[in-house]
Amino acid sequence: MSERPLWLILGASSSVARAFARLVAEQGGDLILAGRDIRDIERIAADARIRGAARADVRAFDAIDRASHEAFVAELPRRPFNVLLAFGMMAPQSEIDRDPALAQQIIAVNYLGAVSVLARLAPRMTEEGRGAIVVLSSVAGDRGRPSNYVYGSAKAGLNAYLQGLRATYAAKGVSITTVKPGFMDTSMTYGMGGMFLVASPDSCARACLRFAAKGRDVAYFPAFWRLIMAIIKAIPERIFKRLRL
Amino acid sequence: MADANLNPGWRHDSFTGWGRVLRGEMDAARPERIADLAKALQAVDRRGVIVHAGGRSYGDAALNSGGQAILTSRFDRLLDFDPASGLLVAEAGVTFDDLRRLFLPRGFLAPVTPGTAFATLGGAVAHDVHGKNQDRAGNFGRHLAWLDLMLPSGEIRRLMPDDPLFRATVAGLGLTGVVIAVALKMMAVPSRFVALHERRVRNLDEFLDALEEVRRTAAYSVGWIDALAQGSSLGRGIVESADPAPPVEGEHYREARARRVAFDFPAIALNPLSISLFNAQHWRGVPARGRERRVPYDRFLYPLDAIKGWNRLYGRRGFHQFQCLLPEANSRKALRSILETCVGSRAASFLGVLKTMGQQGTGLLSFGGRGHTLALDFPARPGVGDLLVRLERMVLDHGGCIYAAKDSRMSAEGFAAMYPNLPQFRAILAEIDPGQRMMSDLARRLAIREAP
Repeated sequence: MSERPLWLILGASSSVARAFARLVAEQGGDLILAGRDIRDIERIAADARIRGAARADVRAFDAIDRASHEAFVAELPRRPFNVLLAFGMMAPQSEIDRDPALAQQIIAVNYLGAVSVLARLAPRMTEEGRGAIVVLSSVAGDRGRPSNYVYGSAKAGLNAYLQGLRATYAAKGVSITTVKPGFMDTSMTYGMGGMFLVASPDSCARACLRFAAKGRDVAYFPAFWRLIMAIIKAIPERIFKRLRL
Repeated sequence: MADANLNPGWRHDSFTGWGRVLRGEMDAARPERIADLAKALQAVDRRGVIVHAGGRSYGDAALNSGGQAILTSRFDRLLDFDPASGLLVAEAGVTFDDLRRLFLPRGFLAPVTPGTAFATLGGAVAHDVHGKNQDRAGNFGRHLAWLDLMLPSGEIRRLMPDDPLFRATVAGLGLTGVVIAVALKMMAVPSRFVALHERRVRNLDEFLDALEEVRRTAAYSVGWIDALAQGSSLGRGIVESADPAPPVEGEHYREARARRVAFDFPAIALNPLSISLFNAQHWRGVPARGRERRVPYDRFLYPLDAIKGWNRLYGRRGFHQFQCLLPEANSRKALRSILETCVGSRAASFLGVLKTMGQQGTGLLSFGGRGHTLALDFPARPGVGDLLVRLERMVLDHGGCIYAAKDSRMSAEGFAAMYPNLPQFRAILAEIDPGQRMMSDLARRLAIREAP
């Protein structure tokens, strides 16, 4: 059995995933990079190898194509591994208002896709006896806001699912970390207005690696978002509904 | 997921050249994938687009006021490296700092590097940059096996050095499209250090004689010139020459801690008096008999990178940079009259560099050839514009040329006279970019796209 850590990254071409893969590579770890844009992920894998990854394999993975998840997990190598779930999809609420089908797509990716693959990964990881799962959720799941509530509701569902999954697997050697990033400087948010205290994907990736090592349950990133969200959650609904957040 | 980015976001922002004299408001996109880069190019409107990468060109080469820009900072992946041949394939947003950090420990260095490691490989192509080894190694473009270019149409083409479009893209000021990847022949080095020799020279004649000597004996050579010294000291300075140093058992390399200029200096800080005092002290810093030292490559190649944001030393108004190449036959006379003009104006600053060049560049608009190159900083003050106009005239009269990557003031007529391949370059642009999708403030100022 190999001593090097192996990380499976789902949604490997997202900004945080890229930074995360680079960190694992610089520490000499192994990587399985999975996602849809294979040509782009090949470039990320090449970069990881040159920077020190002993192995960086590329796998096709589509969160929406749930029928494929069973086979995807079955084909993973037989050894302990960790998971970073970094795929996600967001669209401006105005676009969703024009096209309600988009709402279902957002839920299919962020909630159904995540549940589908995690439900298969977690038992597989217990077979190997250990492992850490880090899921990139969002502060948007803490409270539904007019500007982002479809995405927020999918992440809220995901957060509740992760609570149950965590409790189920706590005794079986698999830790599950829910990461709730605030504003991040990613391709998903580039050019969006109204953001403040924006964090870099690199700093988030470092934090994710730290959270996994410590087996954290729920972590806000940067940490001050815990306070911001505590305040936002404390506002009574009859007042909150009049705020345009 | 890509679906989130049907239209990559554009952000309205204000940008400056490194000299901070020229500014521009642009809508910038920052794609992370090649597919998104193509979409960004499709979304360009009539004011055109230019790549803004490391932001280290001094003037307006990476500005497109009122138009669009593409930031390539997220195209920073290494794609292939063969330790046997040294061939590195990397995306264009990779910086020389990335290369230094990753490859010096493995015994490789970029064969040609500009004076700052924060420039990107794409920028190095766009300006066909040169370094302290130009005399022997030539410019950056010469060390490329090939490059991948996304044409303004969105088509991706791999260009070999014999391709006319390669010769237009190298030193093409970003106007032929967006460089996606380069295949660079890295150079093997025996250690992380150079053996550096420094000596004082008391005047211009001594300076040129010393440069002449070291260009024959050393791999790297560069001279710091005190552009405020006058009379019998006109052209005094320090000549540095360096060669790769053999490894020394047990020698430890430590990464230097960078300091940062956290605020704009008041304009008064750099005045002729303070600069002359600094220069005199710096000159005496090297003993009269000269000295030998082992210095890490980074400190020799990128001395100013040790101070992050050093351009803020010049205050809010910024500075102009001027770099010219004077052909060898005229250079002694030309340098003397240029230095006398600068001394007379009392406008120059402490960053004067004089060195030799020995090779032509590979690009149609490359800055290269055999002769002497002089680079000077001028803090932005009233009168500097006139001085730069006079300097352009003098460079033209001596058959020299001015480096576009550093320029902020040259005239379109002057540029056309200095770069005789301009009509050929124009013809290629007309062919590959008839809609003038690629555009910059520099291209407009120097009328690069318009035939007269």
